[in-house]
Amino acid sequence: MKYAYYPGCSMECNAAAYEVSTQAVARVLGFELAEIDDWNCCGATEYFSQDELTACAVVARNLALVDSRTDQLVAPCAACYLNLAKTDKLMTDDPEMGRKINQALAAGSLHYEGGRVKVRHLLDVIYHDFGEEKIREKVVRPLDGLRVAPYYGCQVVRPIKGDDSTEYPMQMDEMFTWLGAEVVDYPVKAHCCGGHMTQISEPQAFELIRRLLQSAVDYEADMILCMCPMCQLNLDAYQSRVNGFFNTNFSMPIIYFTQMLGIAFGLDPKELGFGKELVAAEPVLKAKLTAKTTT
Amino acid sequence: MISKSNESGTSSFLEEVIEDTPGGERIVHCLQCGSCGGSCPNGADMQYTPRTLFAMINANQREAVLSANTMWMCVSCYLCTTRCPQNIPITDIMYALKRKAIAEKLAKGTDAPALAKTFTDLLDKYGRSFELGLASRYYLLNRPVAMLKMGPMGLSMFTRGRMSLLPTKIKNLEQLRAIIHKARELGDAS
Repeated sequence: MKYAYYPGCSMECNAAAYEVSTQAVARVLGFELAEIDDWNCCGATEYFSQDELTACAVVARNLALVDSRTDQLVAPCAACYLNLAKTDKLMTDDPEMGRKINQALAAGSLHYEGGRVKVRHLLDVIYHDFGEEKIREKVVRPLDGLRVAPYYGCQVVRPIKGDDSTEYPMQMDEMFTWLGAEVVDYPVKAHCCGGHMTQISEPQAFELIRRLLQSAVDYEADMILCMCPMCQLNLDAYQSRVNGFFNTNFSMPIIYFTQMLGIAFGLDPKELGFGKELVAAEPVLKAKLTAKTTT
Repeated sequence: MISKSNESGTSSFLEEVIEDTPGGERIVHCLQCGSCGGSCPNGADMQYTPRTLFAMINANQREAVLSANTMWMCVSCYLCTTRCPQNIPITDIMYALKRKAIAEKLAKGTDAPALAKTFTDLLDKYGRSFELGLASRYYLLNRPVAMLKMGPMGLSMFTRGRMSLLPTKIKNLEQLRAIIHKARELGDAS
């Protein structure tokens, strides 16, 4: 199976662990992610705060560059996913806006018809297009005994409604039960990580991060699983700043769900980008999983 | 329910907000229930919750609304939007208010407009976001003291290969810039 792929800027460097583990998991499950040639940044939340039409045109350039033989576009980042899906929806629902965006695209000899491409998040693709049977089939190292807290964040589950709950999503939870993990049922799994608030106002951002970490600790999770580079960055890279700010001692590994899929599929942690996280996952993996791999 | 024509006459500001927000016409259906502010992760730090802000928009309190901190506390989590019983696109209204506040230089006590400007300038220049460029330019110009605290984290990111020293450029920058230029032109004309 082949999908058009929009990696997004974070995947190139800051979220390299997500990128390598996504590609590794794709190889195991047997799908191909064909990167859109010469894609540009989605503009995050910043472009929409400045200039809506330009923000949409910048996003739409990527939609227009999707290979005409493909109608499925996969994004692994929540913000990229939402910007692509939102722009596509706007162009479909509001013909006047669609016309203006296409006028802008025409200046670059491009055109995009709203609705031509179905924008999907990576979790949705793995969950729906492969599903329980195909995933269970590939598990060679079950994650038994590992307590994982699936973290969905905001922009994949809201505001565009898929078939999962906007406040209590379950698809990553289900997926990790297929892998044999103990899935932690904690109440903040679709609460906000703060997004770019870390850059604007630390007290607010750190409090949002603290709530997530504290809840995962309260429910005795071994690690939090992410599906967005922004969420991972806030929870992982800012964890020591949060500890300093609140005088807490969180030491919670923040790992991409694809990295743990890869572990369950028997891949080497090195192939999956482990070691790039600031709060190391290695002690947890050693304590919980090593015993089993040797048997 | 908010009425477009109230005792003080039609709120011209309400009409502007509706005009500038996709699906913005739903705002007139606000029941003043407060689900938005109660759901908001940053509601407690807002001068006015969205509910109050909508009443102020209806009362044509243009300057008070655009200089409020409400939209700058919004983290785009969309919880208010999906919970709103009247299907008002609240987060999108916050975006429209951010754009207006920036355009009219009414944003107060927040570095968010500076961050947005730095971010979009880098996008226009390279076609990709450039984290180190963003952080250094934004912090140096706006928050030099905070930059010192970022040092150790930046170094940890760098040693793990998670921070690039150089920006990535797209190949067809000319095309992207032509599209951006045209979009701005169309935006200015309307």
